[in-house]
Amino acid sequence: MSENSSNELTIGQRFFRELTTGGTALTLLSILLAMLIGGVLIVVSDPDVQETAAYFLSRPTDTLLAIWESASSAYAAMFAGSVIDFEAASFGESLIPLADTLTYATPLIGAGLAVALAFRAGLLNIGAQGQILIGATLAGLVGFGMDLPPVVHLGFAVLAGFIGGAIWGGIAGLIKAKTGAHEVIVTIMLNHIAALLLAYLLTTQLFRRKGQAAPISPFVADSAALPRFFADSRLNLGLFVMLLAAVYSWWLLSRSTMGFRFKAVGHNPHAATTAGISVGRSYTAVMFIGGGLAGIAGASQVLGTESYLSTSIAGELGFDAITVALLGRSSPIGTVAASLLFGALRAGAVTMQAQTGTPIDIVLVVQSLIVLFIAAPPLVRAVFRLKVRAASPMAAEVGGKV
Amino acid sequence: MRTELATRPAESADAQPAVALTRHWRTPIMFGLFGLLALVVFGILPDGGRASTFGLSLTDDAIQLAPISVPSKLAATLLALVCLGIAAYAAWQTYLGRRVPLWLSITFGVAFVLSFLTWAVAGSEISLTSALQGTLALSVPLIFGALCGMMGERTGVINIAIEGQLLAGAFLSGVAASLVGNVWVGLIAAPLAGLAVAWVLAVFTVRYFVNQIIVGVVLNVLVIGVTNFLYSRLLSPLKDTWNSPGRFPRLKIPVLSEIPVIGPVLFHQTIIVYIMYVVVVLAHIALFRTRWGLRVRAVGEHPEAADTAGIGVNTVRFRNVLLGGALAGLGGAYFTLGAVGLFSPEMTAGAGFIALAAMIMGRWTPIGAVFAALLFGFANNLQSVLGIIGSPIPSEFMLMAPYLLTIFAVAGLVGRIRPPAFNGQPYIKS
Repeated sequence: MSENSSNELTIGQRFFRELTTGGTALTLLSILLAMLIGGVLIVVSDPDVQETAAYFLSRPTDTLLAIWESASSAYAAMFAGSVIDFEAASFGESLIPLADTLTYATPLIGAGLAVALAFRAGLLNIGAQGQILIGATLAGLVGFGMDLPPVVHLGFAVLAGFIGGAIWGGIAGLIKAKTGAHEVIVTIMLNHIAALLLAYLLTTQLFRRKGQAAPISPFVADSAALPRFFADSRLNLGLFVMLLAAVYSWWLLSRSTMGFRFKAVGHNPHAATTAGISVGRSYTAVMFIGGGLAGIAGASQVLGTESYLSTSIAGELGFDAITVALLGRSSPIGTVAASLLFGALRAGAVTMQAQTGTPIDIVLVVQSLIVLFIAAPPLVRAVFRLKVRAASPMAAEVGGKV
Repeated sequence: MRTELATRPAESADAQPAVALTRHWRTPIMFGLFGLLALVVFGILPDGGRASTFGLSLTDDAIQLAPISVPSKLAATLLALVCLGIAAYAAWQTYLGRRVPLWLSITFGVAFVLSFLTWAVAGSEISLTSALQGTLALSVPLIFGALCGMMGERTGVINIAIEGQLLAGAFLSGVAASLVGNVWVGLIAAPLAGLAVAWVLAVFTVRYFVNQIIVGVVLNVLVIGVTNFLYSRLLSPLKDTWNSPGRFPRLKIPVLSEIPVIGPVLFHQTIIVYIMYVVVVLAHIALFRTRWGLRVRAVGEHPEAADTAGIGVNTVRFRNVLLGGALAGLGGAYFTLGAVGLFSPEMTAGAGFIALAAMIMGRWTPIGAVFAALLFGFANNLQSVLGIIGSPIPSEFMLMAPYLLTIFAVAGLVGRIRPPAFNGQPYIKS
């Protein structure tokens, strides 16, 4: 991020400066530390370990073996579930875990970009969840509610997803620009409103699948579906749509005038105002575009991965988006890389739960620990006895007042 | 931004010198709009000739009151006119250059809600007492959560992790009470759990100056992750040992619980609710009537001045975040030991965020937060009550009310909301 090299960094950029100066080593150590603590949690709660610990003093090797067995089998299953499964019947099948990882990573990229773009303009977008939900709702409505020729239908459905997310993000940006209301509070509230709105819509005639008691929508039409690549995997064209979105975000931030304005506002809103940049308009625009990308992520969920709309269409994507943007240091490339890592964690955790019975929620623990450690470099440096650098204390400034 | 750290932020600065002439018309305008909405939708549009009936007593009450039955259209219209009258009074006050007092906002809220209620139950009957009981039950964790947020934000630390602290309190109180077999042990453990989460928040934000909102968001998920994980591993398969805490009995306070309508609502409750009454009163007195409260507010409003006066800014912040965490943990205990009797995954279901909303709507004051929490609890409870008798509007929209109101509030449409001036900004001594 060479554009960050000036000394006059303010607000959001200082935070990411802190992340960046920590270096790759810090990121890797944070991930390692989080996995270690996750491992401790797996081990401590394992019934086998507890059983052998009861006679630890007489046969300590039993306990140690059980500990090793517990942790290593869980993480081995996680690896097999996310990268390569060596026990699969054929080479093609052994790569299915990799496809799963990419499937889970797909919506994370778009949602992560929504948060990352807003970060660059000095805003904290906690609202990716709502933007995904509204995007998925509109994309789904076009997908199953309209009858259009194949390619046009898909294009229109994805566009509807963009518009849905963009409106939901834009509302927050506009309220911030016009009234100064804190975007964190507004986006949190909009998340809940979006969830309730979708829950309501799924009870209506328009959205409810015929003859279904559960609140789920009809399947999207084949003409609007994002094509899948393999028979055994849900991996679909959405991945490339998301990669395009990442390329667009890179272009926006480093090659366009609008992106320059965003970054100027993020660096220092007062200086940007003096330079003739409308801070309010930049806030609205960045939330609109970012929200739109999250909306496309929602569209890829409903048109590709899930094929129908339900209240759980967004899962925990909204939170994952924040972690992905932080881990990716709010750069588009970093966001893609972080999405792949967290996609792998998710995919692996599903296999881990099936094979070793370790609850899938360990992913949430590991994920949140990674972000905590990355956000507090002095802590990780202290743990690993790294050379202590002067901590940049500006980290806390993003977000400002509520 | 660097200069803002040293001086008061601009928004409060422009309000300061022009005290005599600054008039904020948004509140009377919003009152007027909501009043008109009530008049048209609840009063004029519906068909006449139906009655709304409100039961006032429960079957086991000592003093039995007959249910009140009012003509729906007339009553809703009158209440809407009360709303419009309050709007006119607020406009008059604003014209005179005075601020709209809090009690007027609360009166307006009550009149509007009653008008809505009369309209919603037209042609059927609901029990007012049990509706209020349900309201209080849903409000208890909100009130504790709002106090938690307030303790932090009054010193300038934003606490988005209220949800996590409630959930941690609910979890540990359930587990501790189950393991020891005594609900009182659970009640002691709950604040400790909230305290632990708050400690992490305080270490990261106050000591390491990490962004308060990011740490809060992450802590919420961390607590959800840990409690879900342990639930699947231990609480669910070994339910008898780990997840059978039992519940506190409901205690009747003699005499007071005999008061019609509000007696059984307020004074036939579990110990946690009685603790809440005490905590609210104490928090109000402590914040606004003691030296400690003055220091706390000084740290949130102008940390540099506080520091100059010899107050340890970051020490006060650290302690207050911990205090808030303990309060939220206690509120979490209400889910397991007060209401349900066992822990279930993510049982707080977003209450932490509604508590945050209640704190904002209550303008960072304990009394205000109590009324906002009661309003939100009422809306939440009403959607289930109306679901039974057939609601004129979908329950999802009733549940949306707190979130919508909060957006209106922070956008400055409902009253003027001013958070502590240095809320969210770290204090770094140079």
